[in-house]
Amino acid sequence: MESSNVRRFNKQAAYYMWAGVFFLLVFAVLLGIYYSTKQIDYVWGWSRIPQYFMYDEMVETRSEIGGTVDSVLVHGQKAVIRIKGKGEEGSYTVPARSIRVSEGDMIFVGDVLEAHKERQWGLLLVGLWITLKVSVIAVILGILLGILTGLARISSNPVLKWSSITYIELIRGSPLLVQIFIWYFVLGTLINKLLEKNGFEFLIPGLWFGIAALACFAGAYVAEIVRAGIQSIHRGQTEAARSLGMTYVQCMGYVILPQAMRRILPPLAGQFISLIKDSSLLGAIAIRELTKATREGVSSSFMTFELWFVCAILYLVLTFSLSMILQYVERRI
Amino acid sequence: MIDVRNIYKTFFVPHEVRALVDVSNKIEAGEVVVVIGPSGSGKSTLLRCLNRLETAETGHIYIDGIDILNSKTDINKIRAEVGMVFQSFNLFPHKTVLNNVTLAQRIVRKRRKEEAAERAMKLLDKVGIQDKANAYPDQLSGGQQQRVAIARALAMDPKIMLFDEPTSALDPEMIGEVLDAMKTLAKEGMTMVVVTHEMGFAREVADRVIFMDHGAIVEQGTPEHFFTEPSHERTKLFLSQIL
Repeated sequence: MESSNVRRFNKQAAYYMWAGVFFLLVFAVLLGIYYSTKQIDYVWGWSRIPQYFMYDEMVETRSEIGGTVDSVLVHGQKAVIRIKGKGEEGSYTVPARSIRVSEGDMIFVGDVLEAHKERQWGLLLVGLWITLKVSVIAVILGILLGILTGLARISSNPVLKWSSITYIELIRGSPLLVQIFIWYFVLGTLINKLLEKNGFEFLIPGLWFGIAALACFAGAYVAEIVRAGIQSIHRGQTEAARSLGMTYVQCMGYVILPQAMRRILPPLAGQFISLIKDSSLLGAIAIRELTKATREGVSSSFMTFELWFVCAILYLVLTFSLSMILQYVERRI
Repeated sequence: MIDVRNIYKTFFVPHEVRALVDVSNKIEAGEVVVVIGPSGSGKSTLLRCLNRLETAETGHIYIDGIDILNSKTDINKIRAEVGMVFQSFNLFPHKTVLNNVTLAQRIVRKRRKEEAAERAMKLLDKVGIQDKANAYPDQLSGGQQQRVAIARALAMDPKIMLFDEPTSALDPEMIGEVLDAMKTLAKEGMTMVVVTHEMGFAREVADRVIFMDHGAIVEQGTPEHFFTEPSHERTKLFLSQIL
């Protein structure tokens, strides 16, 4: 019965029907969520979300002394306000457009001389920027580390081979969160204490230990991808290159890696998308990336639902852009 | 030109095989030597030892008086002087025919781009595929690919050419074009060591034929002697099977 019904559709109609079912399903899920939130009296506040991307901050200049305004001299965009008090004098350089006092005004300590709005990046965009920065640096370091480790992995030299195997197994065998803690609390403490002890002025910020943890983590996986890619290239290619007198490095650089790259790229894309998502763990060591920023936003505004949805969408934007870029690169080589 | 003295080679993977057992031979400049023998007789291994793609365990191999088994020898320098053509062509699939021929010239011989391209076009013309210079290897037939491989090896201006079963992977109708290119090369006085099953080529072009079995040289001689009155039983049996 049913199959004869389906056959009556032409293919096109059946296709659109199922597509319609899909969108209906999506709509039903969204509606379901909305309905449930109504049941628990959740108050949606989407209109308050834009301030997490950008907001205007009031910047004020206040007088530190009491007295009278002696002079207001305007030089183009800027103005200099001069205040004369009893035995003291002050001068403030402020934007000319938003001055709130004029010559001869009486001024008390703490009076607002000038106030203007400044556009600021919102919490989510700041978090997104940190996530992006951390991911990009970790991806670049991860690629370098991965290629070197991958090459060491297939080397016949025991030092190189065993070091790379040890590194790969250590990294792949423990949770990333634990590795992040080790980098921050163990290695971070050690390195900064040693720097301090040896008279260095600067300390390495926690952000860099987070990046190192992510890069090392990605590097181990990239190494295995690189190794598989190189080993998938037929041995004859190496033999042909070497028989022409190329060195190992020339052979790798001109013959093997360019061919391996094509096979490496798709799994590499998956690895880097994972890395972007894994960067959300860095909140645990007080790096204010997107997830941590969202959590801060949630705890101060109680807009739990909206902010977490937006957070997820922002991650999606990052990962989707990355996979588009890599697909483009893949087509080019 | 080539002086092989008492070399041994054993493979342990997948199981222990004595590939070369006390092999010695001298090949003069300009000589064309054809190595034949049943599969697993060690002929390819011998050839690959000559440019150290395989390393002989004991003994000595002198190329132009230089001991290539000495670890102090710069093997890349030797390999640039010893061209090799493989059974499976091994062209670089990500490079055009022209770039296949110019790549090593530029990075090993340090020739300028135009100079390398000019040399490459001359050689491609010689092997009859100048019109395919900008094609990629997978757009070529097997015979054409092998001729590119020959041009690629010749571009380094080698003193010796090694051929490892150059026609074994080819369709029958393409064998002729590759053999013709090799014959031309032989006539020009190139020193050649050829592992092949093409007995016609051996008879026509070889100065000397070497017959190997179980990792050792069983018999060698001029083609006339070798194909008409072989002295060894094993040789007679082999020839009766393939001729």
